[in-house]
Amino acid sequence: MEYKLPFKEYHEALKQDKLLGLKCLECGNINVPPKMVCGKCTSPNMEVVGLSGRGTIQTFTTVFVAPEGRESELPYTIVMVELQEGPWIMGNLIDIDPAKATMELIGKKVVMGHKVFCGDKYSAGEMARPLFSFET
Amino acid sequence: MVKKVAVVGVGETKFSGAQQKTEVELLAEAAMDALKESNLKPKDIQALYIGNVLGDFSEGQGMVQSFAAENIGAFNVPASRFEGACASASMAIRDAFIWVASGFYDIVLAGGVERAASMGTPLATRTFAMFSDSRYEYPCGITFPSVFALLTHLHAKKYDIPLPKLKEQMAIASVQAYKYGILNPKAHLRREVTVDMVLKSFVVCSPLQLHDCCPFSDGAAAVILASEAVAKKLTAKPVYIVGIGQASSGPLSSQKDYLPRLRARELSAKQAYDMAGIKPEDVDIAEIHDCFSIANFIAAEGLGFFPFGKAGEAWEKGQADIGGKVAINLSGGLKSKGHPIGATGAGQVYEIVKQLRGEVEPGRQAPDPKIGLTDTLGGDGGTLCTLILQRGW
Repeated sequence: MEYKLPFKEYHEALKQDKLLGLKCLECGNINVPPKMVCGKCTSPNMEVVGLSGRGTIQTFTTVFVAPEGRESELPYTIVMVELQEGPWIMGNLIDIDPAKATMELIGKKVVMGHKVFCGDKYSAGEMARPLFSFET
Repeated sequence: MVKKVAVVGVGETKFSGAQQKTEVELLAEAAMDALKESNLKPKDIQALYIGNVLGDFSEGQGMVQSFAAENIGAFNVPASRFEGACASASMAIRDAFIWVASGFYDIVLAGGVERAASMGTPLATRTFAMFSDSRYEYPCGITFPSVFALLTHLHAKKYDIPLPKLKEQMAIASVQAYKYGILNPKAHLRREVTVDMVLKSFVVCSPLQLHDCCPFSDGAAAVILASEAVAKKLTAKPVYIVGIGQASSGPLSSQKDYLPRLRARELSAKQAYDMAGIKPEDVDIAEIHDCFSIANFIAAEGLGFFPFGKAGEAWEKGQADIGGKVAINLSGGLKSKGHPIGATGAGQVYEIVKQLRGEVEPGRQAPDPKIGLTDTLGGDGGTLCTLILQRGW
């Protein structure tokens, strides 16, 4: 049985600022991050779809202590965003001074770009992630 | 289950910052203490169940369980390694319980070891981030504290608790941990900490500050499990494991319908409570997973000790202390006793056994406890394990 949306494809699309997910052909649920089966009904019968990348911030944090090798990125803000289509995904937030991120971020509408993490010796290659900015 | 299973003896090294003993050496010390307390010899051990998460990174040592078995004279016995991030040793003990309860073995050793402190903060931070999703979370720069930082802001929002209020409640939880850790000779961080010191410590990832966070620790702990008939011959004070639970979860995204609650914990705890035939209010003492101060509240609520959103108030009112509803983390918890992740769950069982036997330092001994619970969490709620222990005398 083939994995319909491997990370490699998701990552290549994200590098074009395109967010891909999987729509379940049994129950209609939108699944992202991608998986083998639908997160709602467990059917593997899903098709790849493009998502809007638009959503609202559910929670956030600004990181001041970095993992080894990523000190130059500090400080950075991580957000969990609820997409218009329903799922929550993790990304980074720009357009703000990370040190000034407060509870007021929760509920703000965002749109999506991307940023590539070049990888380290533990990461099996480069990896793109969503980069959110405020909807204008 | 076919047979009742008891903890007959326990052993534990001091939990500490970076130190020089190897993982095998630390585990050997803890194992021999457990054997001695059990009135057993190495040749009596039929199998080993060992939690060890990052030995490969911290000292280039894989398969620590096999080297430990040989080292302590449990020659050629089956030895298995468990990895569930910070829940590893609890998973190991739960698994070991099942093998003895089934009648397959009578006497086994379970426990864990880690040298998280010896790795240094940058590598420890990188490797602990491996318990999050390496493709869909790590590229964002997720670190283990930042997982709980995300949960803190969500908790404040969900339960409508003003963030400064929640942070003060979190600080009170940290202060309580240090209050007991300072009385525990095995604890890593033994110092007096005030709410003010917590709130003035540097920000690790907003809103978690240094004293909201447990340390990286080195250490090992081991327990000997025996079937009831054997246990009764070995000790006058067998501590029975009467309930076990375990559950898993995927990345934070997959848990969106539950956060800031961690469904895996609630499922694991229910398994354990149902098996033991008890309710949360029957628990006298608990060692819960306070990797960060907020984690105390998420755990205590998920375990059913306090209503959702109300654990912070409970700590404020002394309800999570001796004299309250349930006495939590009298060892000092992960916060102050320390967190050598592969060993932590075994350290929690060590504490509960000592408490039930009335063998801990007076200032932190619960008055006549009968039922204890351990709660360990790995990663983004990826692995949750619950153990319930009861006096057998």
